Amino acid sequence: MGMVASFQRVIAVFMKELVQMRRDRLTFAMMFGIPIVQLILFGYAINTDPKRLPAALLAEENTPIVRTLATALETSDYYRIILQTDDPRESSDLLARGEVAFVVSIPSGFTRGLIRGERPQILIEADASDPSASSGAIGQASSILNQALRHELTGQLAHLQSSPSPFDLVVHSKYNPEGITSYNIVPGLLGVILTMTLVMITGMAMTREAERGTMENLLAMPAAPSEVMIGKIMPYVGVGAAQTLVILIAADVLFGVPFAGSLWLLLLGVTIFVIANLAIGFTFSTVAQSQMQAMQLTFFFFLPSLLLSGFMFPFRGMPYWAQVIGEAFPLTHFLRLVRGVMLKDTSFAQLQAPLLAMTLFTAIVMTIALLRYRRTLD
Amino acid sequence: MSADLAIDVRGLVKKFGKKTAVNGVDIAMPRGQVWGFLGPNGSGKTTTIRMICGLLRATEGEGKTLGYDIRRDANEIKLRTGYMTQKFSFWTDMTIRENIEFVARLYRLEDSRLRVDETLEKLGLTDRQHQLAGDLSGGWKQRMALAAVTMHRPRLLLLDEPTAGVDPQARRDFWDEIHHLSLEGMTVLVSTHYMDEAERCDRIVYLANGQKVAEGTVPEIITRSGLVTFRGEGQGVRRLAERLKGRPGLDHVAYFGSALHVSGGNAAIIQSAIADEAAHDVEWNEVRPSLEDAFIAMMAEAGQDNRVHS
Repeated sequence: MGMVASFQRVIAVFMKELVQMRRDRLTFAMMFGIPIVQLILFGYAINTDPKRLPAALLAEENTPIVRTLATALETSDYYRIILQTDDPRESSDLLARGEVAFVVSIPSGFTRGLIRGERPQILIEADASDPSASSGAIGQASSILNQALRHELTGQLAHLQSSPSPFDLVVHSKYNPEGITSYNIVPGLLGVILTMTLVMITGMAMTREAERGTMENLLAMPAAPSEVMIGKIMPYVGVGAAQTLVILIAADVLFGVPFAGSLWLLLLGVTIFVIANLAIGFTFSTVAQSQMQAMQLTFFFFLPSLLLSGFMFPFRGMPYWAQVIGEAFPLTHFLRLVRGVMLKDTSFAQLQAPLLAMTLFTAIVMTIALLRYRRTLD
Repeated sequence: MSADLAIDVRGLVKKFGKKTAVNGVDIAMPRGQVWGFLGPNGSGKTTTIRMICGLLRATEGEGKTLGYDIRRDANEIKLRTGYMTQKFSFWTDMTIRENIEFVARLYRLEDSRLRVDETLEKLGLTDRQHQLAGDLSGGWKQRMALAAVTMHRPRLLLLDEPTAGVDPQARRDFWDEIHHLSLEGMTVLVSTHYMDEAERCDRIVYLANGQKVAEGTVPEIITRSGLVTFRGEGQGVRRLAERLKGRPGLDHVAYFGSALHVSGGNAAIIQSAIADEAAHDVEWNEVRPSLEDAFIAMMAEAGQDNRVHS
C-alpha cells in the first residue's frame, strides 16, 4: 500500500519534471546539442598528430631533385606546400604570421653539392610556438627526404645512398627553441580565461535584471538602452583588465614566458577581444530567459571556442571545415595575436588580419545585441 | 488637446503578436486629480499604463502625457513621471539607501545626498537604511517604492496595483500618502482591485478585454448601471444563494461579507424571485447598489470572460 502510494507520487513528480523540461526549449536543445557538438569535434576535428600542415618551400634553385623533394614532402601527408618562392622575406613573413608552420629552405647549389657528395644542407625552420603541432612533421622529415632521394639516386649516383644520408638536415625551432609547452599554453590561457569569465558574467548580469523584474523599473526611469548597456559592461571591462594583469604577471614570474613583442600591441588586442566577449555575453542575455539559460549558452559558445581555436589542439592540424568554423571565434584570432606578440615579436602590420577579424566580429555581435535589446523592451 | 490634461490619449491599441491587449482606449485626465483604473486581470490596465509612460510603444493611437507625445518624447515623459510597477522591482540585494541613491543618481537630482536623507527620514527608514531592501515586509517595500518613484517630484504618478498583498492598515497608510501627494499637486492614476480604494478616487476608468467599458465618478457609474439591489441577511442566505443564481432577470447574486446581494435591472422581477424563496431566517431590504455590484453587472454585460491570467 505505502509502496504503491509512494511510487505514484514519484511518477507525479517525474511527469511534472518532463512537462517543465519540455517547456524549457533551450535546456532541452542543449542537452542534445552539447553532446553532439562534443562528439563531432572530438571525433572528427581534433587530431593530436596533425597532418597536412602548411609549409613554404624556399628553393633557390629549381632542379629535378628539388622538385622530387617537394613532391615527397607533399605526398608524405605531413606537409602541404602552399607557397614556393625564392624570396626569403616572403617565406619568413608567412612563418611570423603563423600562416605556415614550416619553411623548408633548399639553398642554391644544393643539387651540385649533393651529386659531389658534399652533404649540402636542407634547413627546416619550424614555428615551435606550438611545439605539439610541429613535432610530428619534423620527426618524419629526414626519412621522407631520404626515401625520396633513394629513388632518384640510381646508376652512377647509387653510391650516395650509403649512410650517412646524402644531405645534412638542419632543424631550427623558432620562437620557442626548447619546445616548452607552457610558452604556448600560458599566453593562450589569457584568451581562454577572458572568454569564459566575461561571456558568462555579462550574460548573467543582464539576465538577472530581467529574471527579477528589475529591468522594467530600470527602463521606467530615464535611462536609455545604450546607457544601461555601457554602464553594465564597464565594470567587467575592469575585471578583464585585472585578469589580464594577473595572467601576464604570472606568465612572467611563475612560468618565465618570454615577452618578445610590443606590450601596447598586446593591450590593443586584449581590449578588442574583451569587448568582443562582452558583446557576445550581452547578446546571450537578450536571448536567455533565465540565468541558467545564460550559463548554458555560454558553455555552448565556450566549448567549440576552446576546441577549435587552436588552444588545445593545433589549428592547422584540423580538417578544413573545422578551420573554417574556428575562424568564426574571436579566441582563434586572439590566440594568433597573443602568441604572435609574446613569442614571435610579430609586428602590427603582420597582425592586421586577427585585429580586423576581432573588430568585425565585435561589430556584428553588437549590432545583433542592440537590435535584440530594443525588441525586448516591447 | 488641452494643456490642463495630464493624460490625453486617444485610440490606444497594443498588440502582442496576434493578441490584442489594449483595443482603442481613450483617456483624458485633468491635472491634479486621483483616478482609479479598474478591471479584471488581463483587461489591459498594465499595458495601458506602460504606453502612457512611454515604456511600451502603442501599436495604434496617439496622445500626450504631460504635454509630451507618447511616441516621440518617451524620455521627457520618463523624467516627469513616477511609475511604480506591479511587482516590487527594486534591487533586493542592495540596501534601502543604495536603492534610493541609485534612483537619485539616475534622475540626476541636485543635492542628491540631502534628498536621499530627506526621503529616508520621511519614510521613517533612517534607522534601517543599511538593511537590504529584500528584507523589508510587503507593506514597507511598497512604501519604499513609492518614496523612490516620487523622489524626483514627478508631475504624474502611475501606480500599478500598489497595494496588492498589503495588509489593511498599510493599505490605508499608503492611500493617505497618495492623497497627500495629490494635495501637493501631483496627478495620480492608480490601478486597483479594491473597491474601497476605487471609492477614494475622483474618477474611475473601467477596462474589460482591452476596452474602456465605463468612466465616471463612483455615483455616476452606479446610477448609470441602472441596477436595483436587494440585500439579504440572516442564517438562511447560504441555502438561498444556490437557488437564486441563474434565475432569469437576476443579473447577479453575490456575497458581500455574510450578506447576499441580488441585483438586476428590474425591481419587480427581483422581488418576486426573493418572494418565491422566502424564508423565515432571511431578511431582505433594498439597498443602494455598490460599485462592485455595478462592476459585476458590467462584466456580465461585456460578455464572456476573456481574461488572461499571467
